[in-house]
Amino acid sequence: MTDAVLLRTEQMTKRFGGLLAVDNLELQVRHGAIHSIIGPNGAGKTTVFNCIMEFYPPDDGQIWFAGQRIDGLTPDRVAAAGINRTYQTIRLFRSLTAIENIMVGMHIHLKSTWYGAVLNTRGTRADEARAHGDARHILDFVGLRGRGDVVARDLAYGEQRRLEVARALATRPRLLMLDEPMCGMNPRESGEMMSFIRRVRDQRGVTILLIEHSMRVVMGISDRVSVLDHGVKIAEGTPAEIQADERVIEAYLGTTEKGPQ
Amino acid sequence: MAFEIVAASRAEQAKTTPWRHAIRTGLALGGAGVFMAVVGILMMFQNRPIIVGTLTLGYATLGLTLFTAGLLIARRGLFGHRDPTGLAGAVAGALAASLPALLAVLMSLVDLRGVFVALNPPLLTMLTFHQESALLGAVCFLVLGAALGGAGALFLQLPDGIRRPLAGGLIATGLAGMLQELIRPILANSPVTKPLHDLLYTWSGLTLRGAVIIFLVVAAAVLLWHLNRQRIETAVGGLGLRTLRMRLGYMGAAALLVALFPLFAGNFIGQVLLIVGLFTLMGMGLNLEVGLAGLLDLGFVAFYAVGAYATALLMADSPYALARLSFWQAMPIAVLVSLIVGVIFGIPVLKIRGDYLAVATLALGEIVRVVVLSDAAAPFLAGSEGILRIPRPEIGGFVFGTPVSLFYLTLAASLVAAYVAWRLGESRLGRAWRAIRDDEDVAEALGINLIQVKLLAYGLGAAFAGLAGSIFAVMLGSIYPHSFQLIISINILALIIVGGLGSLPGVAVGATVLIGLPEMLREFGEFRYLFYGLAIIAVMRLKPEGLWPSAARLRELDIDAETVVVQQAQVAEKNS
Repeated sequence: MTDAVLLRTEQMTKRFGGLLAVDNLELQVRHGAIHSIIGPNGAGKTTVFNCIMEFYPPDDGQIWFAGQRIDGLTPDRVAAAGINRTYQTIRLFRSLTAIENIMVGMHIHLKSTWYGAVLNTRGTRADEARAHGDARHILDFVGLRGRGDVVARDLAYGEQRRLEVARALATRPRLLMLDEPMCGMNPRESGEMMSFIRRVRDQRGVTILLIEHSMRVVMGISDRVSVLDHGVKIAEGTPAEIQADERVIEAYLGTTEKGPQ
Repeated sequence: MAFEIVAASRAEQAKTTPWRHAIRTGLALGGAGVFMAVVGILMMFQNRPIIVGTLTLGYATLGLTLFTAGLLIARRGLFGHRDPTGLAGAVAGALAASLPALLAVLMSLVDLRGVFVALNPPLLTMLTFHQESALLGAVCFLVLGAALGGAGALFLQLPDGIRRPLAGGLIATGLAGMLQELIRPILANSPVTKPLHDLLYTWSGLTLRGAVIIFLVVAAAVLLWHLNRQRIETAVGGLGLRTLRMRLGYMGAAALLVALFPLFAGNFIGQVLLIVGLFTLMGMGLNLEVGLAGLLDLGFVAFYAVGAYATALLMADSPYALARLSFWQAMPIAVLVSLIVGVIFGIPVLKIRGDYLAVATLALGEIVRVVVLSDAAAPFLAGSEGILRIPRPEIGGFVFGTPVSLFYLTLAASLVAAYVAWRLGESRLGRAWRAIRDDEDVAEALGINLIQVKLLAYGLGAAFAGLAGSIFAVMLGSIYPHSFQLIISINILALIIVGGLGSLPGVAVGATVLIGLPEMLREFGEFRYLFYGLAIIAVMRLKPEGLWPSAARLRELDIDAETVVVQQAQVAEKNS
């Protein structure tokens, strides 16, 4: 089923000075999957996201997305190709309202120009009205109905998390990368987030690449799991296979005091 | 930690006895008086009458420091109710007087002019109240200080019904005297108001008779207002201010009145307002860059220069000119050229962020001026000679020759520019700008082309400055590289911060306060920059969000303050 692979990294490598943050990573994310990346702290999981998004272009290797090579592009081109992400620490546009945050996400799909805006042309007004409507729609989808005019930093923590997803969805991605979306949530909230992520995949047809610490979440939601340790992929498989894998258990027990939750 | 600091300052407060506070306040204000004397402001103020033949601005300022000493004592309320507040005020006032008095005695013994030029005999005469003996003068000074300080302290304890009319009358009289150069021409110009002018003013300023009249009238008005406040408010409410339409009508009428004001105020005011208008134009441009897109720019004056030079080269009756276009043809071209230069200017600084951007743009701005001054460019741009004989704008035989007519041209340009700036801010591009201001990396990851968006910010911002430069060129009729100094960039940045970053009305308010007021104070020469600095510090301390903040900015600062309070509470909790 190689034709169903949406994202493929080949020997992707990233160094920070002497530190090998990602070492020859071979990753294949299938179309329509929920694919998790796990690993102890400092394993290089977020660096993988940053490399794919081209925040840090990889030092070596190639990244292929939907048949197009994306390493070496700028982040805005990667976004245009159909990848978007959320951040481990929430990075909303804090002084913009929720609806404005989403509309910034729609930027690439809007056509109005600055001179059109100055002249207040019919086309610009229609474009903006449509954008506003679509943004409301996404807001409803993530369960923030009625919160559109609230400034991002005034939203509750869980709402901010969902707004970040909404903003990423506004770029109409084919691959959505979520960096610890349940971080700081209680079990009930993270349960809601789990079903929300499934809804994003099922209703919007978006492939999910997920970084998550909670084993309960990872094992409950993922189709496939890759395990990273010190930048190296040490295991990959279905949740059941990973739970039985000796190297995984060793990596967790060997580097942290607590085992998998 | 915050908790400890609070605790420490409480402990310190407990140690501060009321008397110690009085002494400290008095000495601080005394220091202020000495400072003003030493740098020479006091003497400069002394030459300006508030009430002709009775009170100079110099004595008024000195008196104000003594009065303030008492005022500050009473305001702290450290003493109980039946108390020696008046006495403490008198002590503080006397102390505030003691330092300048000491200075006067010292000056009578030693000639200090070798160290401080301003400490000259006329100042001594002033500080000793024209007494022969400096010692006697000093005693007068101390007595005056005690009296004014005591008055200041007791002033706050007066009942509202007396205090407010007194304060209103005094302030009104002070303003009428201070602003006589502004008020007199307006009153004298019209035959209707000429008798009023003759009643209150002579050619050199406010008369004693005028001062008394103004004091009494204003005090009576304030008293009436105070006594009949509710009745007046209902009467005003009855005029229909409640309905939106009426309110808009009144606002429109007020705006019209303000717009017509320069017609009556004459050319001096017209000139000041013209300059305020030019800075407002530039402020709106820089506001796109700094306020919306968050791109700090200290080289903004470059675009002003480009607009002015482009206009000059296209219009002037000079060997350097490229064409002899009319203003209406040259101005759009100048704006376009500025826009292009703005885009080019943006290219080298695209990848630079934050503080580094300030330094880089500072250098780029200087480059433009240095290039114009250079020998290489001299054959084309006339070097330091400047380009002369730029004709005035003309429309159907009407020449924009006077500052007032040029002010209306600037006003029209500003209104158009404000509309454009508003539309830009609300557009998809404006949203992208605000996004990169908040988080550049995330904005890029959402598909925003940083290069395009940033270059548009520089280019469109520059176009506004080009328009201002174009008007500047025809206003002066000749331009020189020396007109485009770094201080202009700094002024524009300061005025948009003082007005409120990202706020359009804030730009106009900031320009009025920071450009208009110092222009009014032109006779004080370099000292006006002192007021300029004081004004900036005062605004930043008292209203850090700016004088007319944008709604978004206000929200931001509110939240920041909230966060601080929450954090402090958390820290305090941990510590306990």
